[in-house]
Amino acid sequence: MIGLFKVKEKQREEAKNTNSRGASVKKQSAGELRLHKDITELNLPESCTISFPNGKNDLMNFEVTIKPDEGYYKNGKFVFTFQVSSVYPHEAPKVKCITKVYHPNIDLEGNVCLNILREDWKPVLNINTVIYGLFHLFTEPNYEDPLNHDAAAVLKTNPKQFETNVRRAMGGGYVGNTSFPRCI
Amino acid sequence: MADLEAPQSKSRDLDKLLLRAGNLVGPDFYPGTEVKALISQLSIVSSSFSDFVIRLLSLRVLVVGAGGLGCELLKDLALSGFRNLDVIDMDRIEVTNLNRQFLFRLEDVGKPKAEIAAKRVMERVSGVEIVPHFSRIEDKELEFYNNFNIIALGLDSIEARRYINGVACGFLEYDEDDTPRRETIKPMVDGGTEGFKGHARVIVPGVTPCFECTIWLFPPQVKFPLCTLAETPRNAAHCIEYAHLIKWHEVHGGKSFDPDEPEHMKWVYDEAVKRAELFGIPGVTYSLTQGVVKNIIPAIASTNAIISAACALETLKIVSGCSKTLANYLTYNGGEGLHTKVTEFVRDKDCLVCGPGILIELDTSVTLQKFIDMLEEHPKLLLSKASVKHGKDSLYMQAPPVLEEMHRPNLSKSLYDLMGRVQKDTVHVFGTALKNEEKQSSLTKLRVVFKGADGVADMDTAIGA
Repeated sequence: MIGLFKVKEKQREEAKNTNSRGASVKKQSAGELRLHKDITELNLPESCTISFPNGKNDLMNFEVTIKPDEGYYKNGKFVFTFQVSSVYPHEAPKVKCITKVYHPNIDLEGNVCLNILREDWKPVLNINTVIYGLFHLFTEPNYEDPLNHDAAAVLKTNPKQFETNVRRAMGGGYVGNTSFPRCI
Repeated sequence: MADLEAPQSKSRDLDKLLLRAGNLVGPDFYPGTEVKALISQLSIVSSSFSDFVIRLLSLRVLVVGAGGLGCELLKDLALSGFRNLDVIDMDRIEVTNLNRQFLFRLEDVGKPKAEIAAKRVMERVSGVEIVPHFSRIEDKELEFYNNFNIIALGLDSIEARRYINGVACGFLEYDEDDTPRRETIKPMVDGGTEGFKGHARVIVPGVTPCFECTIWLFPPQVKFPLCTLAETPRNAAHCIEYAHLIKWHEVHGGKSFDPDEPEHMKWVYDEAVKRAELFGIPGVTYSLTQGVVKNIIPAIASTNAIISAACALETLKIVSGCSKTLANYLTYNGGEGLHTKVTEFVRDKDCLVCGPGILIELDTSVTLQKFIDMLEEHPKLLLSKASVKHGKDSLYMQAPPVLEEMHRPNLSKSLYDLMGRVQKDTVHVFGTALKNEEKQSSLTKLRVVFKGADGVADMDTAIGA
């Protein structure tokens, strides 16, 4: 291995002498590469759109808008923020719903209970799977994994009432003491 | 015994390794005082040393991290005869470090780890020069890392390892025949511990697997489902995570939680206690709260010592060639009995970080559009609908439409200009490749060389002609 350093010194001296025009040293970020690939391969239903509020130089933070075309939330418009860390895909993206929504699996702070975002995340999953997972929450809200306890209880015991509540919330009204912004 | 009259050399044991030939030595090993001087940078430069040894007196080792492993590493390297060390760490000393980070004292709490660690080792080991860097690893210029011959890692996160690995592999260059150029290899020795378990590995980029080649080795972090936290907490950790992940944002809105802020931690602890009382769950303590929130696994001093010893020895071997290095991944488990094993992992030859990539020669006039068209014809690639990324910059993205549009103006520009007019550099391309007559999603590294760029290029062919 001494040889290894020997040549290195030689090269360093050469580099000093000639005005080297070699590669600028660049760190390679494998996480970012994988994310860019995920993004170009997105295959989203028409009801989901992606946007990049920080422009093309920051793809690690983006927004996904979901407009369900069926189910309780039909015609609503819900915006999610995605934060992808440099450890991606070893770690799941951090996802929040920034539209306040009356939903059994999304709390009023925008936390989302979706298994693949936490306990079931695997590096083979990708952004597309996450968006489909979110989409699925609107077509099939599920009272068994509640984050909004009240909404889950209503969905379980009285689906008709739940539907009314969802409509009222999306129209910009109150459900119980909580007001919701209009998102329809 | 025979040495009773001769003064005991501090490096007596080291001498046995470095001054004598042996059967297990590496191919480049030349025993003698030169190699010892090389490592320990003898302050008196003997006139008998060859030029190359004198030049090598600038051999430098960087220790990344001055925590549990870092303290051990600095001490071990200093006592192994290394005289010229640097250490980088962004953290300050906390009371809870003192049980194992033995270079620190109670009065050091609050001071930068790197500075105190360097000072303490220099006080105890004569002749060693340690330069501390109280800094984030990401805040150093990439060229900073090129000053070192070898990098020893005592880190506790995948993120930091991935960063350093990316930097070290970024220096690696390949010849036309995909052989790594030795002078561009930046070896790393990586240690890691978790309770009674640990690993030590030798990463020689281009020769042994890099961190990215084997990233799958790391188990995923345990994460509790949010709904369990919100609805059916069953243990103390659930109560703490509820306070940390849900309650904090509910009460503090946009203010982000800072795990290094004691007031924030206290707040989470108090909330977790309330939650635990509500559900009749025992076991929430302040230290458990810190442990769960910061994802701390109890550190065992002797695990650190064992792993660090292995790392220091490998560093010595890489530098001196006095023995073959570990090939290439040692695991240590002291939890159930004691078990160590060395596994020789293999490189991912298509690794996006350390792999050679595919060599492509281009004229400086080639536009990005032309380049993308060429990728489709290239026999090794057959890549259609390619997107192109150069370092941090994406040059072109085929989709989604909103990004395609933002990048479209680049298509008519020359790739040479887009890449900052360098003679050669790496780009990554991704799209749909035709492999075995099947279309597959593909992500590939390319080494682009521009023909006739700025005179310095084509040196080899110029000599041949």
